[in-house]
Amino acid sequence: MARAAAEVPGQFRRCEEQTRTVQSPLPFFPEQASNFAGNVDELFSFILVTAVFFSTLVTFLIIVAGVKYRRKRPSEVGEQIEGNNALEIGWTVIPLILALGMFAWGAVVYVNFRTAPKDTLDVYVIGKQWMWKLQQPNGRQEINELHVPVNRNIKLIMGSEDVIHDFYVPAFRVKMDVVPGRYNTLWFRPTRIGKYHFFCSQYCGTNHAVMGGWVTVMDPAEYATWLSGEVGDVNPVSAGERLFTQLACNTCHIANGTGRAPSLNGVYDAKVLLADGSTVTADDAYVRESILQPKAKIVAGYQPVMPTFQGLVTEEQILNLTAYIKSLQSQPVPAKGAGIAPAAATGKK
Amino acid sequence: MPTKHYLNATYGIRSWLLTTDHKRIALLYLISVTFFFFIGGFFAMMIRLHLLTPSGLLLSADTYNRMFTMHGVAMIFFFLIPSIPAVLGNFLMPLMIGAKDLAFPRINLLSWYVYVVGAAFTLYSMVTGGLDTGWTFYTPLSTVYSNSAVAPAVVGVFIVGFSSILTGLNFLVTIHTMRAPGMTWFRLPLFVWSHYATSVVMILGTPVVAITLGLAAMERVFGLGFFNPAMGGDPILFQHLFWFYSHPAVYIMILPAMGVVSELIPTFARKQLFGYHFVAAASMAIAVIGFLIWTHHMFLTGVSTYAALAFSFLTFLVAIPSAVKVFNWTATLFGGSISLDTPMLYAFGFIGLFLIGGLTGLFLGSLGTDIHMHDTYFVVAHFHYIMVGGAIMGYLGGLHFWWPKITGRMYPEWLARGAAVILFVGFNLTFFPQFLLGYLGMPRRYHVYPPEFQVYNVMSTAGASILALGYLLPLIYLTWAAFYGRVAGPNPWPATGLEWKTPSPPPTENFETTPVVTWEPYDFHHRPDLGLDVPANPALAPAHGDD
Repeated sequence: MARAAAEVPGQFRRCEEQTRTVQSPLPFFPEQASNFAGNVDELFSFILVTAVFFSTLVTFLIIVAGVKYRRKRPSEVGEQIEGNNALEIGWTVIPLILALGMFAWGAVVYVNFRTAPKDTLDVYVIGKQWMWKLQQPNGRQEINELHVPVNRNIKLIMGSEDVIHDFYVPAFRVKMDVVPGRYNTLWFRPTRIGKYHFFCSQYCGTNHAVMGGWVTVMDPAEYATWLSGEVGDVNPVSAGERLFTQLACNTCHIANGTGRAPSLNGVYDAKVLLADGSTVTADDAYVRESILQPKAKIVAGYQPVMPTFQGLVTEEQILNLTAYIKSLQSQPVPAKGAGIAPAAATGKK
Repeated sequence: MPTKHYLNATYGIRSWLLTTDHKRIALLYLISVTFFFFIGGFFAMMIRLHLLTPSGLLLSADTYNRMFTMHGVAMIFFFLIPSIPAVLGNFLMPLMIGAKDLAFPRINLLSWYVYVVGAAFTLYSMVTGGLDTGWTFYTPLSTVYSNSAVAPAVVGVFIVGFSSILTGLNFLVTIHTMRAPGMTWFRLPLFVWSHYATSVVMILGTPVVAITLGLAAMERVFGLGFFNPAMGGDPILFQHLFWFYSHPAVYIMILPAMGVVSELIPTFARKQLFGYHFVAAASMAIAVIGFLIWTHHMFLTGVSTYAALAFSFLTFLVAIPSAVKVFNWTATLFGGSISLDTPMLYAFGFIGLFLIGGLTGLFLGSLGTDIHMHDTYFVVAHFHYIMVGGAIMGYLGGLHFWWPKITGRMYPEWLARGAAVILFVGFNLTFFPQFLLGYLGMPRRYHVYPPEFQVYNVMSTAGASILALGYLLPLIYLTWAAFYGRVAGPNPWPATGLEWKTPSPPPTENFETTPVVTWEPYDFHHRPDLGLDVPANPALAPAHGDD
């Protein structure tokens, strides 16, 4: 954190590699570097044309009327015109149609943005006052830097240690709030090799303005080299496994299903049958909630005996625990004492 | 000038501080909101000066954050929300409907004292640590992490809300029960209609923000976990509750300004307002739909996709009544007899700026573009076009228009026209570059920024200094005119409203005898008393609803 604070002006010093962003002295469109950039800019241009048309029309009419109907004598009065229903209907319906068009177009772009494809490369992101910690799938960690391969679907799974932040990459036209207490995801496919600003765009306190950094989009081969070039300081799975023992999770969650709590083998991404008869997918958010608020969802057949770990584990440690539980996905599921729902209840797996 | 009027009816400080005359209370409000306007304006100047250079010119990060937060709090809660309703509305509503006062004169005075108490708490917060949460008070930053004087500020805003509720209540009862004989619903000036819509929003919305801020204050002071996720609370819940009021609050600011413009345009075009019923209905439609669109501030918080779709759809619907108003105002000009007196310049300025503000709202209401533009300077520019370009243009237009009624004296016309032009130019120079900054990707609330954003920031700061001059000029010449201006007479424009049928300044009881209304709103043709050239045998007055 101290490092980030010390870098205040430097972080925004014009990057030598960053020559493309500003060429014109009065730039208008930011660089387009992701699959969404074109979509957003096209929709923007459509609304812009409509807006310019209407503002020009009204301004023109006001000027015409102001000249043509200017007062000639101090005691002159205007004509007696009460209104015109046909006009009223016309200028209600035409803007309504245009507005609905904008809504529909915007909805298509947004739904696409909110629906991540399956084949993503997942990067975990933790925001905290006032820095970003990012973790690649192999555990390599970065601070205020994100390296991604070009033309690959990337999904950021984001949590916050403290207040609400927001991860924003203007060149990609994407942003999403990073909210404490939940995971928000953000996906994009970088389409152009280069280095781009990312910002925190939700006000988060003193150094909000310097809570940013650079996304580096690389050639896939270079990315692979970069990823292996420096071994991750901590492998998230082994760190998670250590925590699992340190926090004594393993005394109840016994792998063979004989513990007071369900075995976690194979549970990640599977359906879990709950005490109230409903099922839930054991995704990152469920794992996180089960650690922090264990009584929120009780697995069928078990007692609510697990204590909360709220305040005992950091967001990063939760990510490591999640990575460890994810690694148990392929482990043999015990016949009795498994967390996952029987196939009959879910029709899956 | 009449020898006896509300200003000289009684003397002494007590006669002002204990007055129940709506006109005097309006002047108390005028002084208070002007005070907050210039406090907020000072913060704004500090912000703009600081942003001249990418690394920031004069403030530390913490001071900058306090500046923009206190700018927002002062301007929104203590200037914009009370400005037109509590000053012009208070003064004019009873005059326009032919009443002696509001329905509850003492509650009216109480509302001003409530405002003063709320203001005292907020000023206390400003001088004892300031406030750095943003005017939106987002949790858990405001309730857990902020090191500023959040509690007194929140309590101040909580209290001042009750002042709005009391004013709204007073207006609704007054409009329902105190209209003069012949003043039917569809003879009401549109200023009154828009205040009716505003009052509905004030009464239904303000209690929700009061509850929300109450919960936030309890979380901050007593550590109760309503919004703090570490205690099982939900920070997104705060945003829902906050915007449930704070989005309609935008309409509290803009609807009264629309009401003012609906008075100015017929008066200075000397022509009935085009589509009176549609304009009145549009005010009510805005007030109702305005309650159903708050989540459009939250498309990127992780709300469900379905919720986002519904709220975006409704957001586009609320654009329609605003568009209808603009078209009707424009149509009114055709066939009119237009003079470009200062109030009309403000009305034109309002239409132009409101148009840009409204149309840029489409970019933010559309889900696809909001992904990129949310929380950038585009949003800052958009809402300043609505609130400053719209609401303040309307407020200043109204102040000039009714200044002869309020003070009995005229302002200097050519100086005022010049100031209106300076304001318009300064405003656009300040805020238009911020649209460009926003699309380029500069987030809001940044005390330092990457150097590629500098050129537009410099333009914006240059514009702000012109804008500041534009605001200082009316302060000076309107004050001067109140004492030394040319005597105006009862109806200098002339205009058709009832408020112009009584002397300027009006007597304490407003009218010598209760007026009887026999004419349609803004009808110049059937008003021989105005002394204008009415065509011989004017067409029969068009029937208006229930008279």
